[in-house]
Amino acid sequence: MKFSIYDFTSFTQWVDQTLRAAMSPFWAVLIEMTVIGLAFLLFYALVGLILVYAERKVCAFMQNRVGPNRVGPYGIFQTIADFIKLLMKELVYIKDSDKLLFNLAPFIVIIASFMAIAAIPFAKGLHAIDFDIGILYVVAVSALGVVGVLLAGWSSNNKYSLIGAMRSGAQIISYELSVGLSLLTIIVLAGTMQFSQIVEMQSTGWFIFKGHIPAFIAFVIFLIASTAETNRGPFDLAEAESELTAGFHTEYSGIKFAFFFLAEYMNMFIVASIAATVFWGGWMPFHVNGWEGFNHIMDYIPPFVWYAGKTAFVIWLMMWIKWTFPRLRIDQLLTLEWKYLLPINLVNILIMAFVVLMGWHF
Amino acid sequence: MKEVINPVLKNLEEEEYHINMGPQHPSTHGVLRLVVSLQGEIVKSLKPHCGYIHRGIEKMCEKDTYPQIIHLTDRMDYLSAHINNHAVCLLVEKALEIEVPERVKYIRTIVDELNRIASHQLWWCSFGMDLGGLTCFFYGLRDREKILDIFEESFGSRLLHSYYTPGGLMMDIHPNFQQRVKDFIKYFRKKIKDYDRILSGNVIMQERTRGIGHLSLEDAISWGVTGPSGRGSGFSCDVRKHHPYAAYDKVKFNEVLLHEGDTLARYNVRMLEMRESMNIIEQLIDNIPAGDFSAKMKAVIKLPAGEYFQRVEASRGTLAVYVVSDGNKSPYRMKFRSPNFSNLSVLDHISRGCKIADLVAIGGSLDLVIPDIDR
Repeated sequence: MKFSIYDFTSFTQWVDQTLRAAMSPFWAVLIEMTVIGLAFLLFYALVGLILVYAERKVCAFMQNRVGPNRVGPYGIFQTIADFIKLLMKELVYIKDSDKLLFNLAPFIVIIASFMAIAAIPFAKGLHAIDFDIGILYVVAVSALGVVGVLLAGWSSNNKYSLIGAMRSGAQIISYELSVGLSLLTIIVLAGTMQFSQIVEMQSTGWFIFKGHIPAFIAFVIFLIASTAETNRGPFDLAEAESELTAGFHTEYSGIKFAFFFLAEYMNMFIVASIAATVFWGGWMPFHVNGWEGFNHIMDYIPPFVWYAGKTAFVIWLMMWIKWTFPRLRIDQLLTLEWKYLLPINLVNILIMAFVVLMGWHF
Repeated sequence: MKEVINPVLKNLEEEEYHINMGPQHPSTHGVLRLVVSLQGEIVKSLKPHCGYIHRGIEKMCEKDTYPQIIHLTDRMDYLSAHINNHAVCLLVEKALEIEVPERVKYIRTIVDELNRIASHQLWWCSFGMDLGGLTCFFYGLRDREKILDIFEESFGSRLLHSYYTPGGLMMDIHPNFQQRVKDFIKYFRKKIKDYDRILSGNVIMQERTRGIGHLSLEDAISWGVTGPSGRGSGFSCDVRKHHPYAAYDKVKFNEVLLHEGDTLARYNVRMLEMRESMNIIEQLIDNIPAGDFSAKMKAVIKLPAGEYFQRVEASRGTLAVYVVSDGNKSPYRMKFRSPNFSNLSVLDHISRGCKIADLVAIGGSLDLVIPDIDR
């Protein structure tokens, strides 16, 4: 077995072969699935905690504050302390609420975000499943979360929650189109929906550079639409704390509130990962065609560092937007989507198809 | 046979429902309760319910002496505490026909304008927060802190100063006062550009406020909407200009008037007023005449029997004080005409037909301070 941080393929294949040699295929697959599931659960919680901490620090620096700085060095244990507090808090049950749906809603939201992680390539050979329709799968699964938000708003028996849920329904269904179409632009360029192939194709240059103008427009649209899809500011109309107190999760307390919170941050992580993979080359190092020496140096940086760096950059962009812009109104939100983003997107796909046909991309 | 209509069912047919905004709601800025009737997200009508922070200040005034009343006025509109004090002081001075020293007039004008800037800064923070731009809040508070520090150094308190007394001031200004005010104005002239960059110039903010909550000039006059909210509709109601008091007749300043009457106009009036206030302070700060900081006053202040009226321009509109005195050391009846109460009354009129998000923006642009409504 040759283990290398640059290529996990041989390592994962070795694990698979060893297991299959030792036991029947059924048990081998079962053990693999359990291990991967547990690993993802751990990863999920860890990334959630890191992102909450990062957001608090980023927004603090944008607002002339210090941010959490008491629990542990630089306050790094603050989110863990908060998480323990949320775990121990009482779960308040609302009179006349629909108990089943009320309890189910946070799980639907969190499962939707959890499922999407499966398709994301973290490094070379390091992804759970490499679907040949990877992008379609991620878009489909992440759209499931809206069901949970709608259920939460409906079952809370609270008018603020209901308004928030209705807004969220209109918003996510609308912006789903833009997310899909902007990804479609890149699919036109790549000719595949499989994440591993998309990343491989960017070994000669990331798509945002390869597809120049239409790819850049698609990236900007994807950033806007995915911010809206994850219910983050300036599109956080479903929460809108100054209008609807807390929107759809007003009545949730304790760990169920934490689930919504965690799901929001994980959705942000997932869309940032997709943006990094599809537009910025995922784990692929920065390569310039023809500069062999430069490419060789870039290859020394491990792929997961490239992946994490790009994802962090996109997450930071989203945080920057959130902490600078005021919130939109619901009609302006829908106007932006249906009157501006959607037509631009459709034209953009045509331009991209034209560019690919004429071979103008790099 | 009389048909019995169930009010709940009737409401269902009209598809209207009610929500209680407040008394504990993040964007009512206090304990104001608005019963909003909604159709979907559209506001059909709203009913303000006051009284959650009623302390009976007017009744308490009837038992207190005039110097004591000053301390109560701090607690009405706590964001323009100096200006509230000024109203009572001017009234007592007018009734007793006392001429206060020039130095007092100058200092009062400067401090009033500083108070107005501080108040508008806090309004700017909370307006940004109402629109969902949380960063504004910290920018505004950071700069307001500078003014509060100046206040703290000179008057010993940051929010409820009670610095003015009938006939003058509680104490003279701190030796650093002039320099610090000048430093602050230099600093704030730079920082107010940041305000424009982060909120005024933002296209989302402009789209959310333009044409929303339109208040016509006729309505502004008939509802008695004064202050920046009224001036956003073109209602020339600046007491400083029309009935100058203190040193306002000695300075050159423009009454900020905009005629659009929407939320954006009310926003812009306040942003321009902050700049105008800085102009006023700059004209006065170097020319404070020497002299006493108070006129000679008797130990017990008794107003001659009669009725007295005085108004000042508080940071949210015209604050008027009306006193009926029977010659005792405390008034027979004291009535405050608070700007916020009149400004609140117009909220239902201008927010009909807009969305909940607009209602929050309109409420923010009226800049309501709830303790001033209830008193």
